Amino acid sequence: MAFKHLIALEHVSKEDMVSVLELAKTFKELILRPVKKVPTLKGKTVVNFFFEPSTRTKTSFEIAAKRLSADVLNLAVSTSAVVKGETLLDTINTIEAMQIDMVVIRHGTSGVPEYLAKRIKSSVINAGDGMHEHPTQGLLDMFTMIEKKGKLDGKIVCIAGDVAHSRVARSNIWGLKKMGAKIRVVGPPTLIPKDIDKLGVEVFYDLKAALKDVDIINILRIQLERQKKNLFPTTREYAAFYGINTEKLKYATPDVLVMHPGPMNRGLEISPNVADGPHSVINEQVTNGVAVRMAVLYLMGGGKKDEIIN
Amino acid sequence: MKLLIKNGLVVDPANKIEDKLDVLVNNGKIEKVGKNISDKGAKVIDAKGCLVIPGMIDMHVHFREPGFEYKETIASGARAAAKGGFTTVCCMPNTNPPIDNQALVDFILFKSKEAGLIDVLPIGTITKGRAGEELSAIGELVTAGAVAISDDGSPVMNAEILRRALEYCKIFNIPVIEHCEDKNLSGEGQMNEGFYATKLGLKGIPKAAEETMVARDIIIAGEMNARIHIAHVSTAGSCELIRQGKKNGVMVTAETAPHYFALDDSALEGYDTNFKMSPPLRSKEDIKAIKKAIKEGVIDVIATDHAPHAELDKNIEFNPAAFGIIGLETAFSIMVEELIASKAVPLSTAIAAVTINPAKILRLNKGTLTEGVDADITIANMDKTVKITEEFFASKSTNSPFIGRTMTGTIEYTIKNGRIVYENK
Repeated sequence: MAFKHLIALEHVSKEDMVSVLELAKTFKELILRPVKKVPTLKGKTVVNFFFEPSTRTKTSFEIAAKRLSADVLNLAVSTSAVVKGETLLDTINTIEAMQIDMVVIRHGTSGVPEYLAKRIKSSVINAGDGMHEHPTQGLLDMFTMIEKKGKLDGKIVCIAGDVAHSRVARSNIWGLKKMGAKIRVVGPPTLIPKDIDKLGVEVFYDLKAALKDVDIINILRIQLERQKKNLFPTTREYAAFYGINTEKLKYATPDVLVMHPGPMNRGLEISPNVADGPHSVINEQVTNGVAVRMAVLYLMGGGKKDEIIN
Repeated sequence: MKLLIKNGLVVDPANKIEDKLDVLVNNGKIEKVGKNISDKGAKVIDAKGCLVIPGMIDMHVHFREPGFEYKETIASGARAAAKGGFTTVCCMPNTNPPIDNQALVDFILFKSKEAGLIDVLPIGTITKGRAGEELSAIGELVTAGAVAISDDGSPVMNAEILRRALEYCKIFNIPVIEHCEDKNLSGEGQMNEGFYATKLGLKGIPKAAEETMVARDIIIAGEMNARIHIAHVSTAGSCELIRQGKKNGVMVTAETAPHYFALDDSALEGYDTNFKMSPPLRSKEDIKAIKKAIKEGVIDVIATDHAPHAELDKNIEFNPAAFGIIGLETAFSIMVEELIASKAVPLSTAIAAVTINPAKILRLNKGTLTEGVDADITIANMDKTVKITEEFFASKSTNSPFIGRTMTGTIEYTIKNGRIVYENK
């Protein structure tokens, strides 16, 4: 199996996801060694194109590519030509003319990675597009869940918070559904998008009911500008109804896993003692993110699963 | 010069004609419609197997001139209209500057005459600069030749201003054409709110954005006893409101566009900006309701909302991409496929929606084959197919969602004032 592009987990088969997750296990062992680098992508060039501010995802992709010995170029929107009135396609074509191999793109408009994949020769990896998908986040979330819970089949996962604006939620839903998990979403109706139940998830507005028997909670970041759009009245009220604290955690199973894609608003969607508590695997998600992105880059760079390192 | 159109199926809804007849044209006028007409001096068009109808009227197009000539001009738009079988079109005033004064009305009429193909009739703005704040000099616009007023592209958000426009237009008996969209509800929406918007992660435009304005406008028009015409109806709910309004005696008329009964919002998968328009494509249930509304005469008119945009506006990221698609050259095919061949709407009802009905609303002495009227005639084939490619279009822009499709129904001749302005060769 080899990917040409990674745009959306909607279009990735269960088999391909399993391949990535298995390969990521090998890479995780590698990055925990003192010497973390392998020569597999030597001579390949990966361009990180970030049209939205990002620290962790950009860094994670950069480290993953470097550990595979690829050359990495980081382009932020402020340094790119887009601000000079050039079209996105012209900008990417210019960079591509310099003979690159992979484009990692983050963009505020849904559909941009697909738009580019249809028009350029390089491989395109979606590092988050608008409110659409964030496939590597979906994969690293599943990797972490499997690592901690053994398997996903039959597990109940609750995605909590701003589902409407969340690409993380959508990638989680597509991925988890294919892996056999039961998915719930919970949040105020203003942040639950219309007809999301048709994606095969159960919708809750009441946190207590939503958390009953839940094995894993994935807490989404709430952006403060949503309050200005009247999607909830005050951050205080949001925290009171949907913020996860130790009290509310008791509604779930005793060994519930707490996840968050970051960056966190401590005290809003997650209380500090939950974020730092025994259920939290938030920092491990970050470590796993590197391993999963290495697996994705490796497979997209043409590597075969069996000819791995060692 | 004489023209004799023989052996066609003549459909002239205004005169309740649907029969194999000949049509004789003399000196730019319809001279006679009847059986077995012969005339030695006339040029004969054999319309065997074809439909012969009054020249089609499209009461809602955007020809972009002045201001956006890189998208379309009145000349290129007129060529596209002729190719699509239209002999009369009304162009919306959302140009730059907008058509809010008589000089610009004169300009449109001059450019139409210069193009010399079909009638391009101007629609003036409701408010100065389309800003929604002060009424345009409506009387001057009408005197110069505007056939209606509209701020199309934007609604009149202020209900008081709409009220005054409706009342004032009673002097002239012209329709106020309203783009029904509550801007607060549509917000930054990109497509119909629902499953596909959720899946694609695009902001949704609820049906309520259209329907609340349709309801508001019908209520105001009813109370003022004034005429309102609802542009580009896209939802089942709007159809129901218009049905009720008509039943209650309100002077409300309405149009829909071919894409609203041909395509639904599942087409947005793939993020092709040629499926992005305002109002957005809705659901399969809405399509069904719109077809029913056309059949029942609740929706009076089919108008294309021909909205040309260039590569620069469309071949970009989805959110900043422009709303709108071209429609003049595919309208007839869509009507054949979706309404006529499928028998969703009787032939004469479908033809009335692009001929006599818009003519009545705009009070034009057009849309019929009555003896003595201008010989505006469209000859079309309902069985022939055509492959839609970018090269197919006479329009300056090619932002059509139908590119790549083979469509049934072709325009064979477009005749304006007795002169052939388009022939399918």
